[in-house]
Amino acid sequence: MLKKIRVLFSIVLFSLITLYFLDFRGFLPQSFSFLADIQFIPALLAVNVGIIIILVALTLIFGRIYCSSVCPMGFFQDIVGWLSKKLIKKKRYTYSKAKPVLRWSVLAAVVITSLFGFTFLLGLLDPYGAYGRIATHLFRPIYLAGNNLLANIFNSFGNYSLYKVAIHGLSIFSTIIAIITLLGIGFLAWRNGRTYCNTICPVGTLLGFLSKFSFLKIQFKDENCNLCGLCAMKCKASCIDAKNKKIDYSRCVTCFNCIESCNRDAINYTTILQNKKRATETISHTHTHKETKSVDSSRRSFLSATLFSLVTGGTLLAQQTTNKLFPKKAFKRQTPVAPPGAISFDHLKEKCISCHLCVSKCPSHVIKPAFLEYGLDGMMQPHLYFDHGYCNYDCTVCGEVCPTGALKPLTVEEKHLTQMGQVQFIIENCIVYNDETSCGACSEVCPTQAVSMIPYKGALTIPYIDTSICIGCGGCESACPAIPYKAIYVEGLEIQGKASIKHEKQEQIEINDFGF
Amino acid sequence: MDRRDFLRAIALTGAALTTIKESKAMSILTQSFQTNNSTTKYDLVAVMGGEPEEMFRKAIAEMGGIENFIKQGDKVCVKPNIGWAQPPEMGADTNPKLVAEIIKQCLKAGAKEVIVFDHPCDEWRKCYTNSGIEAAAKAAGAKVVPANEESYYKSISLPHGKKLKSAKIHEAIIGSDKWINVPCLKNHGGTQLTISMKNYMGIVWDRGYFHAHDLQQCIADICTYEKRPVLNVVDAYRIMKNNGPRGKSPSDVVIAKGLFMSQDIVAVDTAAANFFNQVREMPIEKVKHILNAQALGLGTMNLDELKIKRIKL
Repeated sequence: MLKKIRVLFSIVLFSLITLYFLDFRGFLPQSFSFLADIQFIPALLAVNVGIIIILVALTLIFGRIYCSSVCPMGFFQDIVGWLSKKLIKKKRYTYSKAKPVLRWSVLAAVVITSLFGFTFLLGLLDPYGAYGRIATHLFRPIYLAGNNLLANIFNSFGNYSLYKVAIHGLSIFSTIIAIITLLGIGFLAWRNGRTYCNTICPVGTLLGFLSKFSFLKIQFKDENCNLCGLCAMKCKASCIDAKNKKIDYSRCVTCFNCIESCNRDAINYTTILQNKKRATETISHTHTHKETKSVDSSRRSFLSATLFSLVTGGTLLAQQTTNKLFPKKAFKRQTPVAPPGAISFDHLKEKCISCHLCVSKCPSHVIKPAFLEYGLDGMMQPHLYFDHGYCNYDCTVCGEVCPTGALKPLTVEEKHLTQMGQVQFIIENCIVYNDETSCGACSEVCPTQAVSMIPYKGALTIPYIDTSICIGCGGCESACPAIPYKAIYVEGLEIQGKASIKHEKQEQIEINDFGF
Repeated sequence: MDRRDFLRAIALTGAALTTIKESKAMSILTQSFQTNNSTTKYDLVAVMGGEPEEMFRKAIAEMGGIENFIKQGDKVCVKPNIGWAQPPEMGADTNPKLVAEIIKQCLKAGAKEVIVFDHPCDEWRKCYTNSGIEAAAKAAGAKVVPANEESYYKSISLPHGKKLKSAKIHEAIIGSDKWINVPCLKNHGGTQLTISMKNYMGIVWDRGYFHAHDLQQCIADICTYEKRPVLNVVDAYRIMKNNGPRGKSPSDVVIAKGLFMSQDIVAVDTAAANFFNQVREMPIEKVKHILNAQALGLGTMNLDELKIKRIKL
């Protein structure tokens, strides 16, 4: 019964948060971003005291039900484990020794690096963030492709209730990280269930520590138990030492599988008052099984370094050759453009765990994960790019969905004044200047007319920029058709500014005739 | 004569020759406009002083009724300007009331279906909703289709275009029996004005190409596409007088309450440009694509030679 409730609860939460990441049509209302808000690390970073208190209290009462049902990565591992059991008939779990040194070292490393402002490790290991990246970079393209396939069929019958959407490759680095996470955690889950949660996950370590003191616990009824060991075989956390009738509560995720498995009603979920003598002493580590694999960080850094040098080397080479071919000026954005409400790069780096919910949710497809734009410590954090669109003037979605407060929620009025970057004009690349034909593509999209068209030769008009009223939305950059180099682009601001927009008075014009 | 002058002379002769050649070809372009009863009393109808739907009803009655243009069983495409995610009050998009009225009349005339779309410049879902056009069109009985993906467009060639020789046009236009061009009258930073011809940019996929290859000529060129709109209906109820085509604030907008209708795209744009000139000085010579279109034989800028009906409500 308890297990059924747990499974049902997990399925609902997991499906909703996954769907929320995939949903591009707003089937789920914006308010469903609460599913991300209730995650532990986001709540911690957002200093969401209420949620932290609730999660801690729940753990102190019920044990690690956060890990069991709320955390999407947790349930993802359960699905993998369930599949492995379906495919491998004689699959059984076995008790394994706790790895307190590894667990606490990882947690210490995460805490220390985060305190020094390097949140990359936290972002990499936080289970919600890691699951978000898997959903964004691996599940979402599949979902979109499925949608497009269906839309194709529907549209060919004249039904336009479904429409096609473009699928853009966002970031090689983040996608690789997502694949490694999926395969790594998936492999561990296939073999041993919740290994990630109980050896690496910083949230698991922390809540595991708290759950040692939880009021309700899984406990043996000595008189009924015949030491058959069925419970240990079903324990995906490998935390039941059946021979000694001991449970490592720091690793138990209160999944109730053991209770379900017991034929003799010898294991139950009760308050500690009823079974005080069996307090959570350290378990004698009699036998060990299967080493867990930690992520090979040196190999990872080697790979990323290689990748980095390949990419930059290639770009440099390409630039050298193209520079000879075209006399026009290439632009290189010196400072990346952070999404609206990021306040400053420092604030973003401090708070963002790169769950990429903003990336998934941006309706204009202008947010993508950074590679080295922000530096090493800002890898995978969101920045704006304007290849497929620009930041919509009235849109405030990213700040609304951000669970960690890295992107502050903005009102539309605040958004209108938030300066993410400033426009730069390279006249040598401009079509009006070079070809002496009309264009105005940049000014056309500019919501504040920071790029306006002023009289040039004859009937021609040419862009004129006023950086003080620019909000850095990238409309101009996205629209500029000049090749090979754009004539207008946005330079990001390390600390977001305020556009000084003046309100204009409406003049009354009476028209009484046709004029021809 | 140095080499540069020589080359220039050659180029000029070449250009002259091609123009002569083209002017012969132009006879194809200056075909008479298609109507069902072949007679329209007027070449152009201009209305002012009413609500959008009311002005349309007056104008279409003077043109012999919508039945003159739409036959029983026609697949009709109505192409408004839905370029921007702005509310109707900004005049950045065609007035939704006008779009709805046109759809209703087409359906009343027996159209099999009416399709509405535009390839917007802003995030397309927001454009469709904020403009009020999607809701109004659906309520009027039209089908509103997406235009956000290249696969919705098909390549066509433009043998009469000067700079634009081919383009990818939305399948809703290609698959229609008749289409009605319903732009709004606005200022435009690059082309000075955007009216009926500029509204064609919303039926093509690659707008950037236009901007990069002589925008004013490309606009005229795309209008040589063989399937012409059976009607151009210019919405000048609200005119965005500056900071167009997107608009910055309500102070950019003037309520002018005008509407212009014609089969001649050059004439209707000339009329609308003259109307705009009363709001803000805008010599027609500056709106080069209108001149270019006349040079291509797409219509006339000489309003004096047309039968025009002017109605003030």
